[in-house]
Amino acid sequence: MSILLDENTRVLVQGITGKMARFHTKDMLAYGTRVVGGVVPGKGGETVEGVPVFDTVEEAVAETGADASLVFVPPPFAADSIMEAADAGIRYCVCITDGIPAQDMIRVKRYMYRYPKGRRMVLTGPNCAGTISPGKAMLGIMPGHIYLKGSVGIVGRSGTLGYEAASQLKERGIGVSTSVGIGGDPINGSSFRDILARFELDEETEVIAMIGEIGGPQEAEAAEYIRDHVTKPVVAYVAGLTAPKGRTMGHAGAIISAFGESASEKVEILSAAGVTVAESPSSIGATIEKVMEAA
Amino acid sequence: MDIHEYQAKEVLAGFGVTVPDGALAYSPEQAAYRARELGGDRWVVKAQVHAGGRGKAGGVKVCDSDVAILDASEAMFGMKLVTHQTGPEGKGVYRVYVEAAMPISREIYLGLVLDRTTQRVMIVASAEGGMEIEDISADKPDSIVRATVEPAVGLREFQCRQIAFKLGIDPAQTQQMVRTLQGCYRAFTELDATMVEINPLVVTEDGRIVALDAKMTFDDNALFRHPQISELRDKSQEDPREARAADRGLNYVGLDGNIGCIVNGAGLAMATMDTIKLAGGEPANFLDIGGGATPERVAKAFRLVLSDQKVEAILVNIFAGINRCDWVAEGVVQALREVEVNMPVIVRLAGTNVEEGQKILARSGLPIIRATTLSEAAERTVGAWKNELSQGIKIRAMS
Repeated sequence: MSILLDENTRVLVQGITGKMARFHTKDMLAYGTRVVGGVVPGKGGETVEGVPVFDTVEEAVAETGADASLVFVPPPFAADSIMEAADAGIRYCVCITDGIPAQDMIRVKRYMYRYPKGRRMVLTGPNCAGTISPGKAMLGIMPGHIYLKGSVGIVGRSGTLGYEAASQLKERGIGVSTSVGIGGDPINGSSFRDILARFELDEETEVIAMIGEIGGPQEAEAAEYIRDHVTKPVVAYVAGLTAPKGRTMGHAGAIISAFGESASEKVEILSAAGVTVAESPSSIGATIEKVMEAA
Repeated sequence: MDIHEYQAKEVLAGFGVTVPDGALAYSPEQAAYRARELGGDRWVVKAQVHAGGRGKAGGVKVCDSDVAILDASEAMFGMKLVTHQTGPEGKGVYRVYVEAAMPISREIYLGLVLDRTTQRVMIVASAEGGMEIEDISADKPDSIVRATVEPAVGLREFQCRQIAFKLGIDPAQTQQMVRTLQGCYRAFTELDATMVEINPLVVTEDGRIVALDAKMTFDDNALFRHPQISELRDKSQEDPREARAADRGLNYVGLDGNIGCIVNGAGLAMATMDTIKLAGGEPANFLDIGGGATPERVAKAFRLVLSDQKVEAILVNIFAGINRCDWVAEGVVQALREVEVNMPVIVRLAGTNVEEGQKILARSGLPIIRATTLSEAAERTVGAWKNELSQGIKIRAMS
């Protein structure tokens, strides 16, 4: 197994005719991902990298049997594209777009809940690098070659910091079951807790690595969930030890505005829940290795 | 994006919130003149800066004559108002707002925020108006009333009534309170705010509910659809380095340390700063140059970091994914040839084509200190910085 994505997932790329989307479509195909179609209103009938383009997600799903989508649509229009995917019966959607208005995301989340649980779309992102199940498929913009196939499940907010962790694992010969980016925005499709629940059920995942940062309640919520529901060992790192209060550190959501949102408070909360916390970003790989040896 | 109090009041008044009569002034004379236009015999002169806590810092004065207004505003104009929200450098006062004073019978705290737990808009209110919300939640947590808004139907009238009754508002004023709350909510959602704060919202002696102060913050990501809000931007209230960085598409936050950082990705940038701290140094800034580390962006980043006089060493940390390391290395070399750098420069590259990137740095002949891991980079940076300090000389990366 692996979570959310595997070699059988049939992928649509929304906004496929954009420069960035074209580039990454080619990269995903080269990795072995089954990209079966693209969607751009008014460009139906064209092809990109040999992939057929459709006018609507509904039509693309009917023609290709796609069950996942990757959204590259610009920020003013991205929320609408996510809702279109949810309505067309897409099972899993990753939104790469950075800069979507927070209130648009509130509406997206409300909209997804109008569908019964059985056919409700799972969304990760926005403002993330995507999801990869190494050796099977890649749904995002990450460099696939830095991930080895293996048994560590990674969930994190940041793209490049996630790459840092994956490459530290590769250096040690440790592989990854699935790596999921939940993105740096304050209102996101899936939280740490949502992804942890999936890793807990995944047979292939033996250890979970969680890469958090300052701002928001999701690391603390995850700690509570881990304490009560997760049996697999969890390793965490929280970025932003030196971040001042009240300042946004790049990611729209990376701002310390309440108690429990600083890095040191999150580290304390996670440690108390039994999570092994890596003290520095350069020791994420070594900490995971140690936990795997002990397990 | 933040706006001034007088702007927030104008915006909220457009949504049915009652605000005092007031007038903006750009000079002490104008302040005195506009007070006469307003009429009455007591006025409040308020410094317009993008920060709370103005009262304690001397930015709010009650005056009962022209002379008092002249004196009060003369003291305010040009000053750097330092409050608990501005940092030690303070914010410049270039405008004051004059309002007719009004007799108050009670003060209420009202705030609307994006609540990240419920991922919805939340109303926060307290009968303890006038205090900062941080102090209210520390000292009088039981006085706080909260309500979250279901986005499909908006803020319901019954929720507003519930809040009014919990705050102990006189039943005769409930309808005014409902109108105020719904006005704030509509302003929040229709204009894509991330925060509306009225502190205090007052009940006057004659039974009116009035917003005596107002603060609004807007979602930068939604400004594209609110050109009228974009126009309210006041660059004099922003950190000049951060404003300049934003205009160049770089994400920069100035800090107090002396090791400049140039990194791609927000999470990795924070992690790099953490590593510097763990190695015994202090970061001078947060800087995310974004995904495409082109030579132009790297050069811009060097200029920006060097514009901070406190910076004494620079650490570049790039994880090249899609952008290969050799390409990033060429960018760094080109930037260092264009920009004069008189301090140690440490470059750590990781990711695709890393060996080729290292060779380019080595071949350049520039005194770049190379590192392979993040911790090694931080240690070498802090080491080079300390070494430079102890020798009392400036290492020239370029002559």
